[in-house]
Amino acid sequence: MGNEPMKTLPDKAAVLEGLPEHPAVKAILAWNAEALVDARFDRGELTLTVTPETIRAAAAVVQAAGYNFFEDMTAVDWFPSAPRFQLSYHILSHSFKEHIRLRVLVDEANPAIDSITLVWPSANYYEREVFDLFGIRFEGHPNLRRIMLPDEWEGHPLRKDYPVEGYR
Amino acid sequence: MTEVAGTPILEAPTAEGAKDQHMVLNMGPQHPATHGVLRLVVEIDGEIIVRLYPEIGYLHTGIEKTCEAKFYQQVVPLTDRVNYLDPLSNNLCYCLAVEKLLGLEIPEKAQWLRVVLAELSRLNSHLIWLGTHAMDIGALTVFLYTFREREDILRIFEAVAGQRMMTSYFRIGGLSMEPPLDFFDRVRAFIHSLPEKIDEYSNLLTGNPIFRNRLKGVGYLSPEDAIALGVTGPPLRASGVDFDLRRDMPYSGYEKFQFKVPIATEGDCWARYLVRLIEMRESIKIIQQALDGMPEGPVKADAPKIVLPDREKMKTQMEALIHHFKIVTEGFNVPAGEVYQGVEAGHGQTGYYVVSDGTAKPYRVHMRYPSFATLQALETMCKGRMLADVVAVIGSIDIVLGEIDR
Repeated sequence: MGNEPMKTLPDKAAVLEGLPEHPAVKAILAWNAEALVDARFDRGELTLTVTPETIRAAAAVVQAAGYNFFEDMTAVDWFPSAPRFQLSYHILSHSFKEHIRLRVLVDEANPAIDSITLVWPSANYYEREVFDLFGIRFEGHPNLRRIMLPDEWEGHPLRKDYPVEGYR
Repeated sequence: MTEVAGTPILEAPTAEGAKDQHMVLNMGPQHPATHGVLRLVVEIDGEIIVRLYPEIGYLHTGIEKTCEAKFYQQVVPLTDRVNYLDPLSNNLCYCLAVEKLLGLEIPEKAQWLRVVLAELSRLNSHLIWLGTHAMDIGALTVFLYTFREREDILRIFEAVAGQRMMTSYFRIGGLSMEPPLDFFDRVRAFIHSLPEKIDEYSNLLTGNPIFRNRLKGVGYLSPEDAIALGVTGPPLRASGVDFDLRRDMPYSGYEKFQFKVPIATEGDCWARYLVRLIEMRESIKIIQQALDGMPEGPVKADAPKIVLPDREKMKTQMEALIHHFKIVTEGFNVPAGEVYQGVEAGHGQTGYYVVSDGTAKPYRVHMRYPSFATLQALETMCKGRMLADVVAVIGSIDIVLGEIDR
């Protein structure tokens, strides 16, 4: 909110140079620098893109680094570009008073990713919601059922190829 | 498209080693104490709760999908409908998110008026919570009292926005219009009388042995569980976690106000009751400070391509008329990017995640609402306790089904 200039750091190299002391960046680099695919600092928000296979481990790493509160998780459908789905995890730190965004890109062919409910049990409903409305499966989720729509519903309404109006 | 067959929804998952005498009870969706259409599948052993599964979605309207088909400014009225008890916090959160995407600074007076109205909205939400919570426990009188004060707030909303509940008063770039001339006097008169009304509720409830016994020690939530289960707002602070977005990550000028963030460590329904009661008094202080120091100036940002022009200008200036026509028919383009904005609403942390692809319609709007996450903690709070305690616990976490199902 203050008047400090919020400059944009558009890619991984710029973030590593501009925010080398950021606790989340440091923790991820110390754990597995390969897993960090991309990074971006824009409008005061840090986005770290990690590989889909490492999301559960990455969540545990940022949790250990002080980002203790899972706040929100959802998906974005970038149809028709590939990879099609983006998952955005918003993690809050009560001590640093800051959000970070973990971002993962998932292919359309077999949309599945590890569940992070082992790290944060609060991800339970959010993952069920994404499963329900986007059709992305979460491996290791304790109760992966539709949450909003009836079980016999066909299709996933928040996908971009699902019409806004009318019946299917 | 691969589909995973879900387990049938009508049968509650049975615990391993569940005894035959366990009974599965459906509570809701039509139950007066579930504050809407919440359905709980409760597995009970006698009167003791063994398992509890919230079954939600009865109010799902696909608001997030609808947002993708609207212009940015057309989404504002949709946000009111999500948490209909705290409409201005929804407006505020969405507008702040889009303003962050646009990089738009809004005038100080608009920010301060937003604080006044957001706090009135919080009071509105807490008054409804107190009335319905006490009514669930069996104290009907308080409900009549709190709805009397809520009526005053709704009249103020009606005066500023023309609507009692679905206000849509905050717009991208400021407010929809100047508040009416007597607005400040009305708010001042209201907050002058409210502290003694809160004393009145407190007199009715705090010393009441039935109310105390129904709440004390019921629905315990440890701070570790509260964080692990995503609980925010008053229930989080009642469990001893000292975090409030208004103080810790201030938005809309909250850093300029002095207020305390009430904390309790007991983590039970009683602590949540006390925390909310003090929060109401702190809201009054914030409103008082905002009224005393209200800056002068416009209530809309100087951004003619984003903010609708005043009516008078439209009738006298060609540019204003063109801008009005273009905003209404084509909307305005928002630079590509993604933002997440959180605000502290009456029930907890509300957050909007808005993704733009550079066009005039949002590519994706996701709403993080506190009740959705807090509901996950219900089983932890109720397990091992009597069935009748569920009613007290639901009341104390203050859920709104509109924001759970969206």
